[in-house]
Amino acid sequence: MGPGIERIGEIGTMSSTEAERGFTKAMSFSDAVDEAETVEKPFGQALVEVAQSRADIVGLTADLAKYTDIDVFARNFPDRFFQLGMAEQNLVGVAAGLARVGFTPFATTYCVFATRRAYDFIAIDLAVGRANVKVIAGLPGLTTGYGATHQGIDDLALMRTVPNLVVVDPCDATEINQAVHAIAAYQGPVYMRILRGRVKRVFDPQGYTFELGKANLLRSGKDVALISTGLMTERALQAADLLQTGGIEVAVLHVPTLKPLDEEAIVHLARETRTVLTLENHSIVGGLGSAVAEAICMAGLTVTISKVGIRDHFVECGSVPHLNEKYGLSVPHIVRGAKDVLSRRS
Amino acid sequence: MDGTNPVIASGVQNRPSLELISRLRLKAKHVRRNVLLMAKNKGDGYVGQGLGAADILTAMYFYELHLDPACLASPERDRFLLSTGHYSIVLFAALAELGVIPRDELSSYGADGSRLEMSACETTPGVEITGGSLGHGLSQAVGMALGSRLSRRNFRVFNFLSDGELQEGATWEAAMAAANFKLDNLIALVDMNNMQADGKVSEVMKVEPVAEKWKAFGWHVQAVDGNSMEELVHALHTARLVLDHPKVVVCTTLMGKGVRFLETRPKAHFVRVEAHEWDLALSELEKSAP
Repeated sequence: MGPGIERIGEIGTMSSTEAERGFTKAMSFSDAVDEAETVEKPFGQALVEVAQSRADIVGLTADLAKYTDIDVFARNFPDRFFQLGMAEQNLVGVAAGLARVGFTPFATTYCVFATRRAYDFIAIDLAVGRANVKVIAGLPGLTTGYGATHQGIDDLALMRTVPNLVVVDPCDATEINQAVHAIAAYQGPVYMRILRGRVKRVFDPQGYTFELGKANLLRSGKDVALISTGLMTERALQAADLLQTGGIEVAVLHVPTLKPLDEEAIVHLARETRTVLTLENHSIVGGLGSAVAEAICMAGLTVTISKVGIRDHFVECGSVPHLNEKYGLSVPHIVRGAKDVLSRRS
Repeated sequence: MDGTNPVIASGVQNRPSLELISRLRLKAKHVRRNVLLMAKNKGDGYVGQGLGAADILTAMYFYELHLDPACLASPERDRFLLSTGHYSIVLFAALAELGVIPRDELSSYGADGSRLEMSACETTPGVEITGGSLGHGLSQAVGMALGSRLSRRNFRVFNFLSDGELQEGATWEAAMAAANFKLDNLIALVDMNNMQADGKVSEVMKVEPVAEKWKAFGWHVQAVDGNSMEELVHALHTARLVLDHPKVVVCTTLMGKGVRFLETRPKAHFVRVEAHEWDLALSELEKSAP
């Protein structure tokens, strides 16, 4: 662990040093734990890879270069990097202007600032004319203990309602890398959440393929389907193992692209299991759970559905493991949720 | 003014030729005629703003912008960004004079299905951005100006904004960035007509002192009579000569300019014109000085 890289603690188990101390971490750089295989700044690295053969790629940030990993790009391509200071509306507007004259801007800030402060700019400057801008947002959901101001618990809901916008919530370092390449190749506006700093590797880069707009069935099972997005998919896989030992057959469908939603994969799986638990590092209002429920309902299926996510409230400051436990995003909550939804199956 | 700011031009030097000015004044009259015909056909429209800003738009499209109407998509073209989407009436009026929009089509302004929308959208030829949600234009202009420099295409970017729009905080985020990046290829034009949706700007939320605000943000500032073609042309010419700073021309305009009874009518954001007054307005315009 290098200097300045702080330990977050293992999410969900409350066994880490930080969780035992039980304090909010200030200005943390990293979303990974010690023990796991990690990748350093996967977003920044991937952007540099893409930019090496693409002179149209430019980077922008609003005073969060170090904290969103775009500092890697800035060091490699100083002439193609623009620091806008603390001004998120301007960040998005400037990115739109660059896109309109032929560049492909990647603009970074936190989920909360991009979507709450700059919503109108994303809608009008980017989405109306399909400007080729990628908004890259750090601190999704409860990856920070910094309270309501910094926890992006409603960003997916907000972005999902914007016409023409693609919305991505990757799970790990492997997927962040592949997603950066994919959205750079895609012509049009994208909102993507990222994990930053040292990011865990969950998927084997050799065996995993991210495809924009496609869900990935990571595990088959006939009893209950865990349909998850973002970092919750790692926990879904852990919960599936635990449930399996209890004799429950669990399918895990990872949905990294919330829009356009892979309704076909979702409906197909729901038709098989008739029991669905959605998982998201986000409010249960308007995010993946809502999208999945809509898709299943509109397909005319009768399916028992429950959601794991942050209930309809703001979250206070605290240590990340504590908050994930308290607000129901930990593996034990997923196991309980799966059993509960199974018991309610009609 | 503080010494770090560039010299502020005053008075009219290097007087533009009378021939040029009278040609532009005549063009402005044609733009105003288009505005009135569009609004007459629809029964209403943003006539006050359209007539007031006609000289600025004329100076832009027929003097300043490097723009080939036959090759609108050229990456080298100068960009004109209309922040105030509701001024679309005068933008379309000018684009018709330029030959970008067929004159016949002007009668569809504001009609269902027409691409000449009441609030200008980028889907219409010649319209660079979707305006109307105010405070968006200058940020996008900053992005385009950065792109011009980075691509070495060296086109210029003009942003038309209004005095009321200066109340939007995002405008000042962009103003700060433009000076920070020393964007001397960026020129803002502020239409000062002292009117916004709820009334006079000076009564709703005063924005003065406007010139001093821009200066404080590091811009080169010129203040002109926005209905004087001579002052507009001179200011645009001067702006070309200033290096290392973004430039703003603060243009005081008169809503309804060119039609006497509209100039003196008690002002409102959306000026009402009675059905019988359109032909009167057109004939007053024809009688006015070119």
